[in-house]
Amino acid sequence: MTVHPILAALRRHKAGVSLIVLQIALTLAIVCNAVFIIGQRIERLNRPTGIDESNLIKISQAWVGAPSGDDAASIEKLDALQRTDLDTLRSLPDVKEVAASESLPLSGIIWSSDISLSPEDKGLTAQSAYYYGDEHLRSTLGLHLIAGRDFNAGDILHHTIRSTDVSPVIIVAKPVADKLFPQGDALGKTVYLDGKKPSTIVGIVEQLQTPTTASWGNPFAYNSVLLPVRLDGTSASYAIRTRPGREQAVMHEARKALLAVNPMRIMPDAWGIQSFSDIRAKAYRADRGMAILMGTVCLILLGVTAAGIVGLTSFWVGQRHRQIGVRRALGARRIDILHYFQIENLMIAGIGVVLGVLLAVGLNLWLMAHYEMARIPLFYMTAAVLAMLALGQAAVFVPARRASNVPPVVATRAA
Amino acid sequence: MHMFGYYLELAMRSLKRSPGLTTLMVLAIGFGVAASMTTYSVFRAVSGDPIPWKSSKLFVPQIDMWGPGQHGGDREPPDALDYADAMALMRDHRATRQSAIYLISPSVIPAGAGRSPVQANGYGVYGEFFPMLDVPFQYGSGWSADDDAHQSAVAVISDKLNQQVFGGGNNVGRTIDIEGKDYRVAGVLADWNPQPIFYDVMDTGGYSSDGPDVFLPFQRAIAVNMTNSGVNECRDSPAEPGFVGLQHSNCVWIAFMAELDGAGALQRYRQYLDDYARDQQAAGRFTWSPNNRLRDLPAYLDHMHVVPGDTKVSLLVALGLLIVCLVNTVGLLLAKFLRRSGEIGVRRALGASRSAIYAQFLTEAGVIGVGGGVLGLLLTGVGVLGVDLVLPIRLAGLARIDPALLLLTVLIAVVATLLAGIYPTFRASRVQPAWQLKSN
Repeated sequence: MTVHPILAALRRHKAGVSLIVLQIALTLAIVCNAVFIIGQRIERLNRPTGIDESNLIKISQAWVGAPSGDDAASIEKLDALQRTDLDTLRSLPDVKEVAASESLPLSGIIWSSDISLSPEDKGLTAQSAYYYGDEHLRSTLGLHLIAGRDFNAGDILHHTIRSTDVSPVIIVAKPVADKLFPQGDALGKTVYLDGKKPSTIVGIVEQLQTPTTASWGNPFAYNSVLLPVRLDGTSASYAIRTRPGREQAVMHEARKALLAVNPMRIMPDAWGIQSFSDIRAKAYRADRGMAILMGTVCLILLGVTAAGIVGLTSFWVGQRHRQIGVRRALGARRIDILHYFQIENLMIAGIGVVLGVLLAVGLNLWLMAHYEMARIPLFYMTAAVLAMLALGQAAVFVPARRASNVPPVVATRAA
Repeated sequence: MHMFGYYLELAMRSLKRSPGLTTLMVLAIGFGVAASMTTYSVFRAVSGDPIPWKSSKLFVPQIDMWGPGQHGGDREPPDALDYADAMALMRDHRATRQSAIYLISPSVIPAGAGRSPVQANGYGVYGEFFPMLDVPFQYGSGWSADDDAHQSAVAVISDKLNQQVFGGGNNVGRTIDIEGKDYRVAGVLADWNPQPIFYDVMDTGGYSSDGPDVFLPFQRAIAVNMTNSGVNECRDSPAEPGFVGLQHSNCVWIAFMAELDGAGALQRYRQYLDDYARDQQAAGRFTWSPNNRLRDLPAYLDHMHVVPGDTKVSLLVALGLLIVCLVNTVGLLLAKFLRRSGEIGVRRALGASRSAIYAQFLTEAGVIGVGGGVLGLLLTGVGVLGVDLVLPIRLAGLARIDPALLLLTVLIAVVATLLAGIYPTFRASRVQPAWQLKSN
């Protein structure tokens, strides 16, 4: 089949053809960017935290009327309150392990600072998030120790978040070790937290995401440091590892037990006791929402464009009813008529996708300039182009088949 | 006018003749408009001016106490103030009204035995905070400058906290237990939670469905060692421990707002900030020349990016969808109108003018627009309810349906469809009567 008669016919429908081309181009540009946004969000959602997320609970609570922690005596009082809570939680059935744990990945509460090789905070530094906790922290979170040792009870300090004390030993996540010691010999080395007193790296864990998912945290998303400190304050947080499937039961029991020990505490439903799956759902709610929204828009777009192609092609089929009859009478087979409309659509969609790819790149560049957006990989572009061509073919099939069913006898009838 | 009725009848008849095409066009317009209006409802909610009658008089001073390149690498000073600078600005008091502001989360014990304590989020502020921001009171009022100076144990509480602690009613003058100490209730707020939370963007990111529950005099809260529960950013970690250490450091954690009336006052305040920074330079505290900002509220909210990027991108993508839907409608209307070339030819031959053809076909487009608008109304309703489920929690409940949104939905649907109908109508009006009559 030659394309010449198709081109000739298309030239007679310049407006209609241009509109479909435009529609396909715009659809491709928007869908391509929207699907890329969806892909990025899904990638974010699937990032590992580095911890074992199942059967993990976080408790955050504040004591009412507790001392402020501004002198040594009141710090001891606060620490006693915390140790009582930890013992209470450890004694619960179905609890495997409990750790004092200020923050967790995805929880949003972050203390971060630069870790440096020299006391003056000059030269090589690694911005890192601090995870404060006791000797149970690493094992409760299920972090994988790849070198060195865990904290032991003797390492654990206790002070307030606004203390100037610095822990002499720390455990770092591998990205921190690799950044500061590219030779791979971080274990046993000395680093400086906040550029002041030295700390020795006694252990390295494989992976631990920082507590924030905000974009400003992206440059150091896996730079985490474990500090052997039970943080004292009017509020305290704990991480609990439960026996498999006992999360809900432990959440219930923990609330009862803690209130029995000391009812003068604030532990609201909204953030007092949460399973890690709740924390994960909250942290990524906006990303999931954006993906759903983009997905919905894409579906509507593709539906509208497909329907538009069906509509316009049907109109052309109706208009060319008699010509189709003539072609059939002159010997064209049904398959020829079907192919005619399919090729016609392929040509229109082909122009549309070429234009669409240009628009998609333009839109992508614009979004990159104004919002947090990466360059669309070639894979997405190719997939979108193929999808648009396939959509065109699917949409054209019904009216094209109707055209192929036009009997040759039509040619003999008056118009 | 009677011709309009006739065109309406023609339009209905024509639309009924091709129900598939008609449905398609109505669906496209409906979905396109609904997607745009749903995302617009979110955008409208987050980009609004929280205090439109006064925002041009409210200013946020920023002072560079860290030096060049210390705050994210650009020349922008930090987004908040440290204690020393905030207190200096309060002491000098060069604005009509002003307040330093910091986030606190004290525990409050409800009246009556055996009630569980609640955590109240609120702020340490100065007395001028309330008149400056036109904060509405249900009972009582804020406190005086005297109360600020004497660190009086007074509190302003929200209606919600008033319910929780006292069970509601006028409790001005009664005592409330905040963080183990007694405070006299000076005022009970009426419902007040403007979004974005313009007086504390740094801690809230701009939005929170829970409004502040309690306000205490700033210096009182400092005196009783009520630590700040919001963000603090430090260039160097504090040299001393505790909340006092934070106050003695150049960490930033205090929001500040000043009311300035007129260009002269603004100019004088700018000058004052520069003089202040120069004094600090002379004293050796700053080793760089003054680098201050004094943005009015809308500019500050823009600077802090309170409108989430996702919201803008969503709106943009939805507008793109609407455009595609309109292009689609142009194509379908073109097909539909030109299919009736014979009818147009007859009408023209019988004396109908081109403008009559215009009126007839634009009426038809308008009818489709109204249909799309009605469908769009329903879908926008569903969309606004549904979008709440996918928005970040801090934005939940902000998108609302109101008469303005509904009116806009129908208006956009009709106007857009009429615009889409212009070219097809133009083509229809160019149909040559003689040619059509001959060929049929």
